[in-house]
Amino acid sequence: MLEVADRIDDKIRCDACPVNCFIKPGMTGACDRYANHAGELVRIDPHVLLERTVSEGGKIVPFLDRPREWNGDIVNGPSPVITAIGAGTTYPDYKPAPFIVSSKIDGVDMVTVVTEGIYSYCGVKVKIDTDRHLGAECAVVRAQGEPVGHVTTGEYGSQMLSLGGVNHLTHGGKKEGRVTCETLLDLCNGKAVELTVDGGVSVVVQAGRAPIINGHAEERMRVGCGSATIGMFAKQWYGKVDEVVVVDDHITGVLSEHQAGKVLGARDTGVKIKGRRSTPGRYFHVAEPGSGWGGAAITDPLDILGPFNPKEAWPGLTMLMVSTTGEQHAYYELDDQLRPIKTRLPENLVESVERIRENCEPALCSVLFMGGAGGSLRAGVTENPVRLTRSVRQALTTVTAGGAPVTVWPGGGITFMVDVTLLPENAFGYVPTPALVAPIEFTMRLDDYAALGGHVDYIRPVEEIIGERANRLGDGTLR
Amino acid sequence: MREPPQHRRLSDGRLHLNDGPIDLIIEAFGAEVEIERAYQAAGLRFQTLLDELCSELPLLRTQATANSLHPKGSVARRMADAVAPFAPEAYITPMAAVAGSVAEEILEAMTKAATLNRAYVNNGGDIALHLLPGERFRVAIIDRPDQAGAFGRAEITGDSDVRGVATSGRHGRSFSLGIADAVTVLAASASAADAAATIVANAVDLPGHPAIRRAPANAFDLQSDLGEKLVTRDVASLNADEVDAALARGWREAERLRQAGRIVAAALHLQGETFVCGALSTLSCAPAKLSPPEDFPSCPALIFASAS
Repeated sequence: MLEVADRIDDKIRCDACPVNCFIKPGMTGACDRYANHAGELVRIDPHVLLERTVSEGGKIVPFLDRPREWNGDIVNGPSPVITAIGAGTTYPDYKPAPFIVSSKIDGVDMVTVVTEGIYSYCGVKVKIDTDRHLGAECAVVRAQGEPVGHVTTGEYGSQMLSLGGVNHLTHGGKKEGRVTCETLLDLCNGKAVELTVDGGVSVVVQAGRAPIINGHAEERMRVGCGSATIGMFAKQWYGKVDEVVVVDDHITGVLSEHQAGKVLGARDTGVKIKGRRSTPGRYFHVAEPGSGWGGAAITDPLDILGPFNPKEAWPGLTMLMVSTTGEQHAYYELDDQLRPIKTRLPENLVESVERIRENCEPALCSVLFMGGAGGSLRAGVTENPVRLTRSVRQALTTVTAGGAPVTVWPGGGITFMVDVTLLPENAFGYVPTPALVAPIEFTMRLDDYAALGGHVDYIRPVEEIIGERANRLGDGTLR
Repeated sequence: MREPPQHRRLSDGRLHLNDGPIDLIIEAFGAEVEIERAYQAAGLRFQTLLDELCSELPLLRTQATANSLHPKGSVARRMADAVAPFAPEAYITPMAAVAGSVAEEILEAMTKAATLNRAYVNNGGDIALHLLPGERFRVAIIDRPDQAGAFGRAEITGDSDVRGVATSGRHGRSFSLGIADAVTVLAASASAADAAATIVANAVDLPGHPAIRRAPANAFDLQSDLGEKLVTRDVASLNADEVDAALARGWREAERLRQAGRIVAAALHLQGETFVCGALSTLSCAPAKLSPPEDFPSCPALIFASAS
């Protein structure tokens, strides 16, 4: 037997099996189980789900009970968390749901109807924490060149996108439907997706991660609008600087005119802000939206200023201009002609700029899956589908998706939204219709289930499901 | 540290064998006592299988030619035999048939030891089948091993010649010289299907196209049998004509193999398009492409896990 070195340069020789792979850093061996992680040979398959949950500070559910990736068992471990992932379904759903499981919770007989829904009309709502202008409202959002949704409203320092839905999934072209389905699937399974906005930016969206806009990772979410920022920091600025302008595409704030400055006794400075004045010290539309200061299309903040009013301004007047995240700032003094000349930010103001930055939360993308339990899915639960809707409305039936809590919309149907990061990994699948497949569980009291016309003949005790470990998947990877 | 081969019964009774990169899902059908006997035989044969293979790895990673040395091990011989017909035509090493050959070897150990109506050994998507006349398997075919969902189904009956199914493409564990998302081949044996799927997947290509990013195989895997050959790392979106042109190249190769009697059928998949070669009665893709059949999600008897 030849003696083989354990390493070549930075590569590790894996001795877990006789293949003896040499593995480069960041790569796995032939088995996809052992990897070179920063020079260490590590086994990577067993803890993926748990680690993800722990590292994100989440609650651990006993989902994995052995050192293998989840292999498709419906129920795992001694205290089962029954999810519908991998339960399978029928489509159209005229048959009872694949699993109708009874158990006792606090002495009450409970029934969980476990199924996977095929969501042909589903979509995702994406919240992107950024001040940068992603594109005009209603602008088309594309993936791989295909329209998959649109930009909707900007709300509280975030830009919202609405993707998917029936018009892209089934009413568009064949490729549009396929790409939309793939985009939704990747977003729901926590993968990164690159989107482009017509007339706007390219943005990489991944649930729970910072958005990457035109190649730049967004770091911070604004502390508030320009006006709010003035309100928050007026006391820290007053007396140290004559004027502060918080540049913001939405509402630019001006300390000397703002109520917060007035209360402190700030003196008029004759500063002239372009744009439309809303109320004193609050200006709309100081520039075109863009990806510069405060989400406006400017790189020089002086672009939003007109000449100072000579009746009020004075030579030597000091002015701080800062963005809503504190990431950009500039400090000026007026010269004899009342022109602002940029100078170094004084020490006693550095802290206030830092504090804006400190008070910003990390910018993230969040993805909510939105789907509806249509008539046929409900038929898998009860013979009388509308009663299920009523039961959910009356809070007699709890709806979960892969064990994660959902928000059910008021109004007709059972339309729900769920944070995709709360579902176990790769909980979403697809069928070529195209449509997404997602787990959904309805839990209710046994007597309520009978009352709403449930398929009581199909109820099986939870022990039975655990006992036979009903596997519905192939080898655990795919359905 | 060398981990011993793992044996375990899945909760639904199937047998799972794992050793290093080999991951087998096995199911036998027949009398209870015969099934037990078959699983014991599979486990016994599996015990030394990887060690046998690895003792001849350098030879198995070398291009097959008319003058190639004959390997000694029985799995290695299956591999060499499966790729030999391709050696005059293309660059191929016995490793192109490793997964199918392993599946075949285990299946043979089972059918020699026990009387079974039907059985399968699924080695990460490369599957050896045992079927008595009148028996059948239904197989779901996926296009992207990294995503859930199937684009087609095949029904394989005991009366057909098909005893092996294999899938190859650029998303699996191994590298591909071509750009196919997946090529699934039905053939008389798993090793033959495995080798042919590799060759057909390599043929689905648009040489020199700027949307295709390639890199030397050994930049990622030092011991890859493909050495410095450029393997596909990424394929950007292609237009419909380009997709058709790439698939047509692969289809011609598949059709040539089919007419020579070396495969029974093939389904070639690239960016949402599928070309099928061979008997549609055995391999059916079209219906599933448009809409899921009513019993679709609950039907699969076998599922492809990953391309080889």
